[in-house]
Amino acid sequence: MIEALTVRAGLAVRPAVPVVIAHYGTWIAVAVMFVVPPLVFRSGTALTMMSLMGISIVFALSYNMLLGQTGMLSFGHAVYFGLGAYFAVHCMNAAITSGLPVPLPIIPLVGGLGGLAFAILFGWVSTKRSGTAFAMISLGLAELVGSSALILRSFFGGEEGVTTDRTRLLRLFDISFGPQIEVYYLIAAWCLVCMVLMYKFTRTPLGRMCNAVRDNSERAQFVGYNPQFVRFLAFCVSGFFAGVAGGLAAIHFEIANSAYFSATQSGNVLLATFIGGSGYFFGPVIGAAVVSYLQVMLSDVTEIWQLYFGLLFITMVMFAPQGIAGLLMMHRPLWRRRALLKVAAAYALALPPALVMLAGIALVIEMTYRLSVKAAEGPHMTFFSVPFAADQPPAWLTAGLLIVGGFILFRLTWPIIAAAWVNAESRKELAQ
Amino acid sequence: MLELVIISILNGVQFGMLLFLMASGLTLIFSMMGVLNFAHASFYMLGAFFGFQIARWLGFWPALLIAPALVGIIGALVERYGLRNVHRQGHVPELLFTFGLAYVIEEVVQMIWGKAPVDFRVPALLDFPAFTIFTTNYPAYKLLMLLTSAGIFLVLFIVLTRTRIGLVIQAALSHPHMVAHLGHNVPLVFMSVFGVGSALAAIAGVIAGPALVTQSNMAGLLGPILFVVVVVGGLGSLAGAFAASLLIGLVQTFAVSVNTSLADVFAFAHVTPSPGSILGDLWTVTLAQIAPILPYLLLVMVLILKPTGLWGTRET
Amino acid sequence: MMTPALELCNIHKGFGATEVIRGVNLSVKTCERHAVIGPNGAGKSTLFNLISGLMRPDNGSISLKGGDITAMPPWLINRRGLSRSFQVTNIFHRMSVWENVRAGVLWSAGEHYAFWRDADKAREVGTRTDRILADFDLLDRSDAPAGILTYAEQRALEIAITVAGGADVILLDEPTAGMSRAETDRAVALIRRISEGRTLMIVEHDMSVIFGLADRISVLVYGEIVASGTPAEIRNNPKVREAYLGEEAH
Repeated sequence: MIEALTVRAGLAVRPAVPVVIAHYGTWIAVAVMFVVPPLVFRSGTALTMMSLMGISIVFALSYNMLLGQTGMLSFGHAVYFGLGAYFAVHCMNAAITSGLPVPLPIIPLVGGLGGLAFAILFGWVSTKRSGTAFAMISLGLAELVGSSALILRSFFGGEEGVTTDRTRLLRLFDISFGPQIEVYYLIAAWCLVCMVLMYKFTRTPLGRMCNAVRDNSERAQFVGYNPQFVRFLAFCVSGFFAGVAGGLAAIHFEIANSAYFSATQSGNVLLATFIGGSGYFFGPVIGAAVVSYLQVMLSDVTEIWQLYFGLLFITMVMFAPQGIAGLLMMHRPLWRRRALLKVAAAYALALPPALVMLAGIALVIEMTYRLSVKAAEGPHMTFFSVPFAADQPPAWLTAGLLIVGGFILFRLTWPIIAAAWVNAESRKELAQ
Repeated sequence: MLELVIISILNGVQFGMLLFLMASGLTLIFSMMGVLNFAHASFYMLGAFFGFQIARWLGFWPALLIAPALVGIIGALVERYGLRNVHRQGHVPELLFTFGLAYVIEEVVQMIWGKAPVDFRVPALLDFPAFTIFTTNYPAYKLLMLLTSAGIFLVLFIVLTRTRIGLVIQAALSHPHMVAHLGHNVPLVFMSVFGVGSALAAIAGVIAGPALVTQSNMAGLLGPILFVVVVVGGLGSLAGAFAASLLIGLVQTFAVSVNTSLADVFAFAHVTPSPGSILGDLWTVTLAQIAPILPYLLLVMVLILKPTGLWGTRET
Repeated sequence: MMTPALELCNIHKGFGATEVIRGVNLSVKTCERHAVIGPNGAGKSTLFNLISGLMRPDNGSISLKGGDITAMPPWLINRRGLSRSFQVTNIFHRMSVWENVRAGVLWSAGEHYAFWRDADKAREVGTRTDRILADFDLLDRSDAPAGILTYAEQRALEIAITVAGGADVILLDEPTAGMSRAETDRAVALIRRISEGRTLMIVEHDMSVIFGLADRISVLVYGEIVASGTPAEIRNNPKVREAYLGEEAH
């Protein structure tokens, strides 16, 4: 028994060497994933998209400090993002006009401090309530700040916002930050630092108590913690990192305007975090990357990509609330047993009918769109390069057939997947 | 001056009643099912657009009956096939589901009717001034709005307090589990309440559509105010929702007509903060300009002074 | 005379028109094991809620080790050395068993709201957590999510979290509810061990647990203490027999 105690305590204090290597190895791999891609994909679009991903990752991770870690659902997180951007822009302009030696890499920190200041101010009021009331309050405060942007024109610049020039600050090592690739590496560096800091936060006493308050705020009171104060602190730290993301955005776009506060901005970070998976640290990272990618790519394919987004979100809320990260981690026991292939085969069987069904749904949506708002442009359209007329029965019949047929076939594969899972799980777990 | 006050009171009460028409449905749904329906304002918007479309085909009066019924059915279906499945996952997923629903409804409305306002006109039958107060004409249509809201409240009040189903609903408001144990078909009650609540929001949409602007951002504009109403009134309290609706309706209507700023008030002191600063902005902004954010300032004040809301009974 | 560990003076508590606690006076000596028994609905859990700060009494005062705690929120009372368990298991279901107990240790180990150091590296916290888990026989379930434990294991975890912070006044609310005879006996031995040198207040329905564990017993009926004394005194008290124990043949 004593032996078991010391071994366990040892594990708690000094993890075994393979675990340490895995831990640092993961961070090195992440760093590589930031450094390498721009050397491979050199186009302007790619660089812009990767920069946007970096900003979104920081923003989404800060949001998950509230949602996944502390159980706080906020509909107005863009407030701290936007305020961070404004503080960054004003600081940059002040440095330019006064000639102060402020290098650009420090600016996101200014954004973070701006976000933090207002998180303290608003957080003190917001965290008086929890749950649904907190969510509604966050919505109200977001409206308050967004509307104030048009009233306080001197700070917020009215409808046009406030612009700046990132190349005119003090240059270190002769880096002007004019070219997109230099901005990308700045964003990537900050993103990596923020990821490490936010991850470490989850492992601090406060971070752990955030989880406790999420799971059972009543019980947390009886182990000596004030749940409201825990939530307030989490809110402040989250506001800081949201402000950093805002500062990075201000540098990237060289402008801060009221769109930063918009409901769309708050909604998108919620969608990204949830779709990625709020139960795991790397969930929002995946979500931010996926959503950024889809936003850029899908908008070329269809004008109503936001509708597909919303439908994806609802589907995931209903059927896969654990998000992409959760779905991946669900397969970890199978990975340990080297039994993934069994299930993969079943998935491969289910994929075609599912795609057919989805194609049918997309067809209906696109046709409806064509016949309503775009009616002026006539009923002729193409779908995956197939031309047809949207107001003719054959098109609708085809769509109906795709949906119904696809669903029936898809449904037939469900027992096959279930059986594959049972088969895979029955395999003995391999020794670690 | 008196004319302005009377007109503002009439308009304020009318706006407040419109808010309460929606807030009552929202409160009923929240009290019974524990979920705050983020898509409630979206049902209001659907009511307005369905009303507009049906009015174009069949006329305003059929639209007034058909559109809310359609939206009510949609609401019931949403509860039956969507919300009920998410319900067992907890409150946060429920709220997320209704949030996603609001998002999708807005996109669908934009897809079908576009982003510009649609021409939802007051029916010709009512397009005349009902009476004149001093020099201002009070449109008959607004009188209809007032009468419809009042009529619906009366019906609601009678149903809730004098009928058997009303008693069941009142019981389920405070003790939903107990009501289920007593053998009432709670899922059916839930579906009905959700459907009726949505229909109420849709009625508000149909009658508000011609008076206010019918546009795809309607839900986004009215939604936050609606949620402020329920939080300020106290989540789960119908009386609180009523009082808060009237309060916010009156405050906003009165504020919009006041074109004075701090600078005007303190003009005698000859104090002028520099125009390009934040203080300068605050000094010269008129009450009318900040009218849209007054509800949110009220929210912050209530949160500081009485966090559970003015009539608050339940903590979420 | 030594300051009592816990003292309740003329406590009243009502909900709406119903008064649930009607003038309770109770004194628990340091290192005493004090049981509270009474019929269902007598107000025992309400009493615990009042003492631990979940509810505020309408009238009267409560003092802990001489200091007034009447209007204090639960976390301040806990930091002063009073900890309670719940009748319905109230654990952190998404966290592991190890993390559950550690959550109970963190504050008293001085970690408070620290966000600048790694909680896993705090040696004292780790050792204390391991020791408590070993005491409660939960060490081999350390990594399991608390939500998937068996009922008895969850009850054990419930008490483990309660004592993790090293509180010297412990309130246990029906700790053996739903347990088999064997599990109850083990639980009683465990409770006796963990309450060594501490003050214990326990609500129970199982008479064998009460009479085997308690130094003193108070009987709560309809919000009033009708009798308070040693187990022998309580057993022979006619009022208690009538109100609660019924006409028992010995």
